[in-house]
Amino acid sequence: MLKIENLSYTIEENGKLNCILQNINLEIPDGTTLIITGPNGSGKSTLAKIIMGILQPTQGKIYLNDKDITNLSITDRAKMGIAYAFQQPIRFKGVNTKDIMTKALGESAKVNNSCDILSSVGLCARDYLDRELNNSLSGGELKRIEIATALARNAPITIYDEPEAGIDIWSFNGLVDIFTKCSAKDKINIIISHQERLFGVANRMLYLRAGRVIKYGTPSQVMPEIRANSICKKLSREV
Amino acid sequence: MEKIDSELLSVIADLHTVPQGAYNIRKNGQLLSRNSSANIEIVPKHDKSGIDIKIADNTQNESVHIPVIITKTGIKDLVYNDFFVGENCNVTIVAGCGIHCGDAEPSEHSGIHRFFVGKNSTVRYVERHIGVGNGNGDRIFNPKTVVELAEGAVMEMQTTQLGGVTSTLRTTEATLDNNSKLDIVEKILTENTQRAKTEFLVNLNGDDSRVKVVSRSVAKGMSNQLFHSIINGNARCFGHVECDAIIMDKARVSSIPEISANNIDAALTHEAAIGKIAGEQIIKLMTLGLTAEEAENMIVHGFLR
Repeated sequence: MLKIENLSYTIEENGKLNCILQNINLEIPDGTTLIITGPNGSGKSTLAKIIMGILQPTQGKIYLNDKDITNLSITDRAKMGIAYAFQQPIRFKGVNTKDIMTKALGESAKVNNSCDILSSVGLCARDYLDRELNNSLSGGELKRIEIATALARNAPITIYDEPEAGIDIWSFNGLVDIFTKCSAKDKINIIISHQERLFGVANRMLYLRAGRVIKYGTPSQVMPEIRANSICKKLSREV
Repeated sequence: MEKIDSELLSVIADLHTVPQGAYNIRKNGQLLSRNSSANIEIVPKHDKSGIDIKIADNTQNESVHIPVIITKTGIKDLVYNDFFVGENCNVTIVAGCGIHCGDAEPSEHSGIHRFFVGKNSTVRYVERHIGVGNGNGDRIFNPKTVVELAEGAVMEMQTTQLGGVTSTLRTTEATLDNNSKLDIVEKILTENTQRAKTEFLVNLNGDDSRVKVVSRSVAKGMSNQLFHSIINGNARCFGHVECDAIIMDKARVSSIPEISANNIDAALTHEAAIGKIAGEQIIKLMTLGLTAEEAENMIVHGFLR
């Protein structure tokens, strides 16, 4: 169970306070595959980064299985079982796929595990294990490796920040398969996405706008709210 | 052979036992062991300290190891090693020097290596330098490498300074004939108050000659490094020089690429990137459960691999 209590995140810009997240309260039980959606700038990635410990909230608490983790470091949270796939994969000169997969797999690291996980994201391990995570890889390849590192953690909580970004349309079904397969009753998957085609994997949804929770619940509860607020939908109705 | 000898040889030349083929192992300014093979003859110079390594035409897939170890302090070792590589060869040459310093006296090794590579031969040259030991005496390396590539010759040069070297001046001079190719990858780690200076001078004299000089370095503590590379394109040629450096703590790195196109068909490029480890790289590795320090070590290790 991941619990977020009265969480706010405010930054100062040009002498003015800008509230990115405002008084967020959420309870995410085990077995949840949660889609967080909302317009650009609604605070989705900020919320994900606060859960991982990359950003510190200006107010509020985060509990993992009733333990207050608000002031724990990224490393401590990772060791407690939170994994994270970045929206923009990080490039490294010298560090290769095998290095990072080995770290992600931890002590249980075996080449076979890396191969299976890389295959699940559509990459052949033989071609990629020795490749450096540098500019020689395309954005899509790096994104797949990024998702593979998060999968390799096999963590109780995994956060995916826009996993579909950079993934070509032909591979989209593969992504849906991944999230369907990694759902489990003792795990929480948090997926930030704008893609309605991914929404089907969720059993809970969170709709954020301007840093506030507009609706949190089952897809059947949240989707009408999203549709009602969708500019595109309004436009499509007019057409 | 003493334990420290084996340890140094293992690091600088990957040698765990006596190597196959030709070798010349030098310790504290004296010959420790030498062997010539059917195609590779090693003969001592008569006028000065050093050896001539003569590799016969058509020698294929053979290697020469010429490591130097210094375990006594106060040694100032200067050697002249000349490699005469015949035509149509394919050989690997492994050199390097390890200094173990146990007290406050300085030790110094200056190896002057000249390579005369014959037509259509390929040479892979690996050179590693390291300083170890608890003594606070300076460990000084001043290697000089001179390369002359004949028509169609190829040389891949990997030089690595693995740390513990107080001061180094590394000089490389190369001249390339038609259709020859030189690839240099240099890796340097400096710490504390260590200094490293690297100078490259490459003359691309032959049509379709190519050179690529890549330097990857990490400077920690108060150390400083200077990377100066001069490439002269005197023919229809291609040259590229690249300097990537990570600076940590209060270290400094300077890169001075100097490329001169003296022929209308010379194509020369350079790029340099110097900076601290990107915070986002550390964060990414921390999300895998590494501490910030472990993340830094992994990045540095990968960068210098």
